Amino acid sequence: MTTTVEPPILAVTSASKRFAGVRALEDVSIDLYAGSVHALVGENGAGKSTLIKLITGVHQLDSGQVRLRGEEVSFPSPRTAQQAGIATIYQEVHLAPQLSVARNFFLGREPTRFGSLDLRRMNREAQTALERYGIVADVRRPLGELGLGVQQMVAIARAVSADAGVVIMDEPTSSLEPREVDRLLDVVALLKAQNVAIVYVSHKLDEVFRACDMVTVLRDGRLVSTGATAELTRRQLIARMLGRDAAEISEGNVTRLSSRASAVDAEPVLRAEHLSRRLVLDDVSVVVRPGEVVGLAGLLGSGRSETAKAVFGALPLDSGSIEVDGKPLRHQTPASRIRQRVAMLPEDRKAEGIIPGMSIRDNIGLAALPQLTRAGLVSRRRVDDIVQTFVKRLRIKASSLNQKVSELSGGNQQKVLLARLLCLNPRVLLLDEPTRGIDVGAKAEVQALIAELAEKGMAVVLISSELEEVVEGSDTVVVLRDGAQLGELVGAEITEDRIMDLIADAASEQAAEESPEEQAVPKP
Amino acid sequence: MTDTQTPAAEAPVSWQSRLTGGVPLTTWLRERGVYIALLVLVLYNIVATPNFVTLDTIQLLFSQLPPVIIVSLGMALVIGTGGVDLSVGTTMAIASAVLAKMVIAPDQGGFGASIAVAIIVAVLAGLAVGIFNGVVVAVARVQPIVATLGVLVAGRGIALVITGGALVELFVPFFKEIRLGKLFGIPYVMIVAAVLALIVSFLVRRSAFGYRLLAIGGNRRASVLAGLPVKRTLITVYALSGTLAAVAGVIATARLRASDPSYIGLLFELSAITAVVVGGTALTGGRVRILGTVAGAVLIQLLETTLVSHNAPDSVARIVEAIIIIAAVYIQRTSRRSR
Repeated sequence: MTTTVEPPILAVTSASKRFAGVRALEDVSIDLYAGSVHALVGENGAGKSTLIKLITGVHQLDSGQVRLRGEEVSFPSPRTAQQAGIATIYQEVHLAPQLSVARNFFLGREPTRFGSLDLRRMNREAQTALERYGIVADVRRPLGELGLGVQQMVAIARAVSADAGVVIMDEPTSSLEPREVDRLLDVVALLKAQNVAIVYVSHKLDEVFRACDMVTVLRDGRLVSTGATAELTRRQLIARMLGRDAAEISEGNVTRLSSRASAVDAEPVLRAEHLSRRLVLDDVSVVVRPGEVVGLAGLLGSGRSETAKAVFGALPLDSGSIEVDGKPLRHQTPASRIRQRVAMLPEDRKAEGIIPGMSIRDNIGLAALPQLTRAGLVSRRRVDDIVQTFVKRLRIKASSLNQKVSELSGGNQQKVLLARLLCLNPRVLLLDEPTRGIDVGAKAEVQALIAELAEKGMAVVLISSELEEVVEGSDTVVVLRDGAQLGELVGAEITEDRIMDLIADAASEQAAEESPEEQAVPKP
Repeated sequence: MTDTQTPAAEAPVSWQSRLTGGVPLTTWLRERGVYIALLVLVLYNIVATPNFVTLDTIQLLFSQLPPVIIVSLGMALVIGTGGVDLSVGTTMAIASAVLAKMVIAPDQGGFGASIAVAIIVAVLAGLAVGIFNGVVVAVARVQPIVATLGVLVAGRGIALVITGGALVELFVPFFKEIRLGKLFGIPYVMIVAAVLALIVSFLVRRSAFGYRLLAIGGNRRASVLAGLPVKRTLITVYALSGTLAAVAGVIATARLRASDPSYIGLLFELSAITAVVVGGTALTGGRVRILGTVAGAVLIQLLETTLVSHNAPDSVARIVEAIIIIAAVYIQRTSRRSR
């Protein structure tokens, strides 16, 4: 329930912030109430992170004020905000993977006994605290050995155990599986019951409607609306985020791509067959014809990213063959694949994609460098030509081409990476989570771009953790589980239900195989 | 560009941002700190050091500077890739030993080669050391600090073995040219250092090699996935560092008129790292400042000269150097965090 009579625990009034003269946030106010979950939504670059960083002391306000329990506060550092009871859980888990769960739980505030760590007490208390959140794990094991979901829970338990009155969660579910998301939302409910005020930043509207009482929409650094979630329809919310008329957005959001009939008879551009690598891939085959989008569906760890990486030469194979336009590819390196006009958009934008310190121009031109170089010297003019073309075509928003790519929003960073690939004029495009962590508007643009590229005859492999995206964007879907291929769906067969059935069937078969009777039978 | 955000300036302008033109103070310091420090040091010397503004002082500085500058250029490239080359000092010693071995007459255990051949072979020795480092770093994927530490530890031993165990005095007429030769009043070696600085600067700014180097320093994994020849680039970078160190070793030998494996290039790795970091090159890689590096090298050398002329022991100079490194790294860290 939302409390309207009680004063808010934390109130931000008319907050404004500029970075190097560029507006990041202007005149934004938000009230957080005890026992209420407040969703913060908006496209990338809307100002969500800036707002959070102002509350948590990472940045300081240019103007406006923050009141905590009625008193004006100003946090010079994240630590002071933490001490005042504002806990933050970031998208990525910022803990020490090689230390034990208990050590992580107490990181920075370890209990000591006679001047040395009181390990027994740490283990005991950590165990109790984690059990409250439904985490059953050996707290003496290194944190890194646990799944990402559990690590996330440890981060939450750790942040919240410090008498937090306000808990800020910045896209806590972006790397979690559905089951783990459920558990996280349970924890959110638990915190709510403990009268904590929660800020929940997410791109996933499902979660917003499931878990949040209030929702604030930001756009271009300004407040669009704030109010009770129950009073909004999904469509109205999307409309406010995009700043378009609600009627313009169809309920389905993405239109089903017309099936490209011509693709069926054409010779395949990419023929990757019997890809195997011990413990990772087991006889996976992907065949893509010109103009075709082949989706790889499966849960996290099913081998979908690994398949793309193997095709791109970034994951060595034990066996298997890869042909592009009938020519077998031998060298297993990304550089040789790029020469064969195979391009890959990596899953992890930050770690594997952008060069953060480099400009937008240099990031885009990176892979096409050999074509833009003469006698070892980079031709500025040719780089500028090609970069301008793609910045326009992909509508990359930046103050200048010299702007550092790290200063862009996630959606624009993703577009920069796409531009980098398109400079290569690829025949095969491997897209691993092309719309992860980007806003609704950019997402629609990227999806439309994928369709357009396929239309022009490119062979596209599409990976997405959102089943809907795979179903709507693909002509053929290869379903994977535990590194093995479960089946291939074509055309009208492609539905979310069919894919989930395949995965579920495989799971039950596997359970049967692992039963003791089966194992007792010696295999020839 | 299609969508240009208009930067408006309604916010009140503080004295600080007026000074720095809106850039955060620490970023501003990172970019210009070395020039300011250099200016301050020069002004201090003009006021406080007797006879500072004499031709002799400047001549001395000019003769001391080139080896430090040349070594720092290679170091800047290595640090730009996110690595470090601890072997530069001993590479100088190895090059010096090879030079000695080449020019010494055959009856005294040398090869009696001409000075030109000797210099070429000495520089090639540096290239070989650099390639070795590069292969260990790029192919065997040993951490740069560990890989080059090997040569740092073993290098002087190798040099001693080459020269036969001691200081070797060399009587080479050409060394006098290197020491004293001038063009328009500027020592040859200073011209060599300046030309090398220009070439390296040009490489960093304009060549595909420089571009790749910065990309690898910025994000090695992403560079691999963008199809860059990461190994080849890294090996080239270390090879250049080794080669430049060898050139510096030849110049140092000429100045000393002898090859002294236990003295030539001693602690040069420290001076070079200081010059590079003080000059604004990021220790984490991805950003290289060549002009800053040269200024950093001048700053370090001038600092030593200043301390010597005020009768401070050499160890004090090292302490001051260390303080400067820490300050420079601190400025880099804070400016990164404020982004």
